[in-house]
Amino acid sequence: MATLVDRLEIIGRRTVSGVAEVGLAGALLADTLFWLVVGPWRRQPVRLGAAVQQMAEVGVYALPIVTVLGLTIGVMLAIQGIYTLRNFGAESHVVVGIALSMTREFGPLITAVLVAGRSGSALAARLATMRINQEVDALRVMGIDPVRYLVAPPLLGLLVMLPALTVFTDGVGLLGAGLYVDNELGMGLVPYAQRLKDVLKVDDVLHGVGKSVIFALLIALIGVVNGAGVTGGAEGVGRVTTRSVVQAISAIVITDMLFAFAVTR
Amino acid sequence: MAEPVITVDALTTHYGAQCVLRDINLAVAEGEILVIMGGSGSGKSTLLYHLLGLLEPTEGAIRILGMDINRCSNRELEDVRRHTGVAFQGGALFSSLSVGDNIRLPLEEHTGLDRSTIDIMVRMKLEVVELAGREHLMPSQLSGGMVKRAALARAVVMDPRLLFCDEPSAGLDPVVAAGIDDLILKLREALGMSIVVVTHELESAFKIADRIVVLDQGAILASGSPAELRAHPSDKLQRLFNRQPEIPDFDADAYLHRLMGDAVP
Ligand SMILES: Nc1ncnc2c1ncn2[C@@H]1O[C@H](COP(=O)(O)OP(=O)(O)OP(=O)(O)O)[C@@H](O)[C@H]1O
Ligand SMILES: [Mg+2]
Repeated sequence: MATLVDRLEIIGRRTVSGVAEVGLAGALLADTLFWLVVGPWRRQPVRLGAAVQQMAEVGVYALPIVTVLGLTIGVMLAIQGIYTLRNFGAESHVVVGIALSMTREFGPLITAVLVAGRSGSALAARLATMRINQEVDALRVMGIDPVRYLVAPPLLGLLVMLPALTVFTDGVGLLGAGLYVDNELGMGLVPYAQRLKDVLKVDDVLHGVGKSVIFALLIALIGVVNGAGVTGGAEGVGRVTTRSVVQAISAIVITDMLFAFAVTR
Repeated sequence: MAEPVITVDALTTHYGAQCVLRDINLAVAEGEILVIMGGSGSGKSTLLYHLLGLLEPTEGAIRILGMDINRCSNRELEDVRRHTGVAFQGGALFSSLSVGDNIRLPLEEHTGLDRSTIDIMVRMKLEVVELAGREHLMPSQLSGGMVKRAALARAVVMDPRLLFCDEPSAGLDPVVAAGIDDLILKLREALGMSIVVVTHELESAFKIADRIVVLDQGAILASGSPAELRAHPSDKLQRLFNRQPEIPDFDADAYLHRLMGDAVP
């Protein structure tokens, strides 16, 4: 059986490697910014074509599933809201709750979790495979900076597309909720929209979008750090891919809570 | 005499407590083919990674093309790398790019040449490695021998002064392996570069080398021209050679001829 000292040592080592990973993430971010600014001057620009492709990958191809989930979440919020408020005979106030929870919480959160599962994992798997096949070494000896070539495009893609997707999710979510509310309370979609316009402030949407920018950073950096840290063969790729999804989703949820604590409370 | 293209001076490296390279000294002259040979785990790949500047030695210095690669600036290292080509063991072709795009990449990243000029240069290199007309294939569609050829073409596309090959003929059948050896000799003749080859194949080492360095447990066991090593094999060297697995009573050439008849070149 492991002694207490052994266990403490293991915890200590994990802490050190955890701190090292956070440091690596910071360095990666700084490096990416460096190449975005300095790259064109050195005739080594970040590949915008690849970034656009990443945007399609992250954003456009995710539209169907985001639509489905957005509508579902909207309907769910409406059901819950009406059920809760019915106890007070205040069903007609349901729109306030729907509008705020969708734009401030559920839109950003659901979209980020989905993108972490779709794109964060793909990023980790791609980098890990490239590392194991010595493709990253090949880039370095060709004098092509791997951060500029491999990290910057998906980071840009995520930073642009996650906020955009979040706004889209907000939209379909509110639509889904509206359809349910109309059906249940006979409110009519136009009055529903009018009510939304009254209760929803630009700040609420921006609050969600702002969070989604941070979520995008988390997804990208966690994906890259895990992919770059791969050891072992094909098995290692699977391990870091899973790890990156679990870490990204945890980081997203915890960050979201911290935000709510700091800003919404 | 001109300065050697590679000088390794008292190189020593530890992984933790294990000493993986011990007091390595060697030099490669302009236009020379040096073969680094040794059994599995003798430190060949580790030495190669040091020469590429991908690993840092614990002690000692490495000069490549007149530059101390562990102490020069990033710009200077980049400059060295533009005159260096590397064919990795597994090829390290970028799996998302076609063969042609793989070979084109260094030209696109490092030269301001227009598309048609680049196309011509790529086609020339494809001819040299006998892959003409195959530029549209993806790396996953290539045979093992073709992967090595494509990797060689990419390594020499910038007409480097120095070429590194890691196990160029490992994992290939004897006929294809011999073809790769011939190709390396042809590249030296056509492009006049210095070449460092890492291999554990005795036969191909003696065929292509001007000079051989034999590694054993991280130290240089013997070095010299193939003729010198044949004439004065020390006891230890003899033992090392005999350690190479041999298949008794098996004539590979005869077997192949029986199998393939006149198709064998
Ligand atoms: N990242 C590492 N960490 C610790 N030890 C390592 C590492 N990489 C290699 N080694 C050790 O260094 C020694 C030399 O390994 P190296 O890969 O250079 O051998 P090699 O000659 O290339 O063998 P092979 O022909 O099997 O590829 C081995 O004992 C190996 O266990
Ligand atoms: Mg090796």
